[in-house]
Amino acid sequence: MNELRIFIADDEPLARGRLKELLADIRGELASAVVGEAAGGLEVIDRLPGSGAQVLLLDIQMPGMGGIELARHVCTLENAPAIIFVTAHDRHAVEAFELNALDYLMKPVRAERLASALKKVLAAVPAAGRERIEQLERAATGAREFFSVAERNRIVLVPVGEVLFLKAELKYVTLRTKAGEHLIEEPLVAIEREFAERFVRVHRNCLVARAAIRGFERAADSGEEEPHWNVVLEGLAERLPVSRRQWPALKSVLPEAKE
Amino acid sequence: MPSIRQNPQADALPDFRNLGVTARVLIVVNLLAAAAALLAERDWAKTLAVFVGNAALFEPPLVASLIVLYAAAPRLVRMPYWLGSALVIVLVVALAAGTHALFGEFVAASLLRALVLAGVTAAVVLTYLRLHMKAHSPALAEARLQALQARIRPHFLFNSLNAVLGLIRRDPRRAEQTLEDLSDLFRALMSDGRSLVRLAEEIALIERYAAIEQLRLGERLRMSWELDNAPMDAMLPPLVLQPLVENAIYHGVEPGTGIGDVLVRIERRGDRVLAAIENPWHAAGAGGRAGNHMALDNIRERLMLFFDDEARLESRVEGARYRVEIEIPYRSRA
Repeated sequence: MNELRIFIADDEPLARGRLKELLADIRGELASAVVGEAAGGLEVIDRLPGSGAQVLLLDIQMPGMGGIELARHVCTLENAPAIIFVTAHDRHAVEAFELNALDYLMKPVRAERLASALKKVLAAVPAAGRERIEQLERAATGAREFFSVAERNRIVLVPVGEVLFLKAELKYVTLRTKAGEHLIEEPLVAIEREFAERFVRVHRNCLVARAAIRGFERAADSGEEEPHWNVVLEGLAERLPVSRRQWPALKSVLPEAKE
Repeated sequence: MPSIRQNPQADALPDFRNLGVTARVLIVVNLLAAAAALLAERDWAKTLAVFVGNAALFEPPLVASLIVLYAAAPRLVRMPYWLGSALVIVLVVALAAGTHALFGEFVAASLLRALVLAGVTAAVVLTYLRLHMKAHSPALAEARLQALQARIRPHFLFNSLNAVLGLIRRDPRRAEQTLEDLSDLFRALMSDGRSLVRLAEEIALIERYAAIEQLRLGERLRMSWELDNAPMDAMLPPLVLQPLVENAIYHGVEPGTGIGDVLVRIERRGDRVLAAIENPWHAAGAGGRAGNHMALDNIRERLMLFFDDEARLESRVEGARYRVEIEIPYRSRA
């Protein structure tokens, strides 16, 4: 039986119950099975990856993590489900959805509308992961609170506040926190743009958390003419080189830069 | 926040382009002059002469003032009351000085007397107009009340209807009850807000409102009621407490994933009625959910329209709790 595997995320139990009733109602048109439920963002992160869901019905007004940020994290999964946003009333969200061609439904949902949204998902060619993420980036209202790393069957969330630096290598970016390292697949420039207040560029391939900067020191191999500088980060023995090109900009931006 | 002070209606300067205002000014000043003439001269025959003589003193600045104020009216109306009044008085005095220079020789009055009289008259007229506005503002106040009518949050409406729909097959009776509660709530929201209601009614309303929210939020909402000392016959404007409970749940409980405690306490203390509503405080989420201030201002203004200076509304954060307190005079239906 080719059932569409659906995951339901809504903080109100009655709302989840209603969606299940509607799915049962439209069984004739569209066979489906509910493979999981969640009442909040972190529960979704926890339960969705292993569920094998093909469609995520996502209430954007859940407490904890905003719906659009959650959607971004979900999209990093290898077989990320199609996402249909659900909202009771949110003019800004609806505008963002319309502008970015994101599928959405309004609560209370009608059986017919649910059916046509699901059929659309079946018929559509799933957009490439990166493209979907870009759509979501445009729809977002604020910077994310987490980076997400998709491992085989789970999503690992790394709080943005814990990231000390980001280094780009080939296609990937390494996130370094006090606890360890993670690899994500995002362009460094996009991250720099999204988190302009939080991270500052010290090198063509390196962003550093402003709050973590303890100071600067002369690099050991400096010549006399133009010294090389390294940035010293809180809790890290490793010193990161500051490129000559970035140094003037860095000096003016950060008051604690010393000669 | 400070307690209610401003009375928005009487604190506006009179509209000097209004024919009624102009007529009143002319009549009052001439009456004052007539009274002055009557006081000054015992002989009836001479009273009229005195009046006419004085007219030469005050009519020119009066007319000039009215003309200038007509021209300046749009700008004046936008100023704060005290500044605007001061400006009007200064204007009148200046014009009196001007006309004295022109017509002074016809009147036996020194420049200083003329200026003082002009200033005093202007102050008296402004006071009269202000009192007049205050006395006649109920019509405006009523209109304002209607504009301030509490509105329901769409988020609450659609989520509640969705909850009823989620319940309607499994537990039709509870769905029925909830629709009846919603209907009561809407009836209250559609009332014209101009007449006071009994506290007993407002409490019934917030209990119904809380029941609907309880249905949606389940265990996440924990309501505590301290109503033993509530004076059920106290009169208050409708929908003063319900929006506060709504805010408490919207800002205090919904953004959280755990249990949110909302406390409603209403009690009587002598000739005052005190209501306090408390909810969890989410500092991080405070920016995300806008609209709290507007609701409080709306309530503050409605309380003030009914109770003037005698009502108080304060809000504050105490640790992890947010608290709104309202105090009104205890008035039972007479």
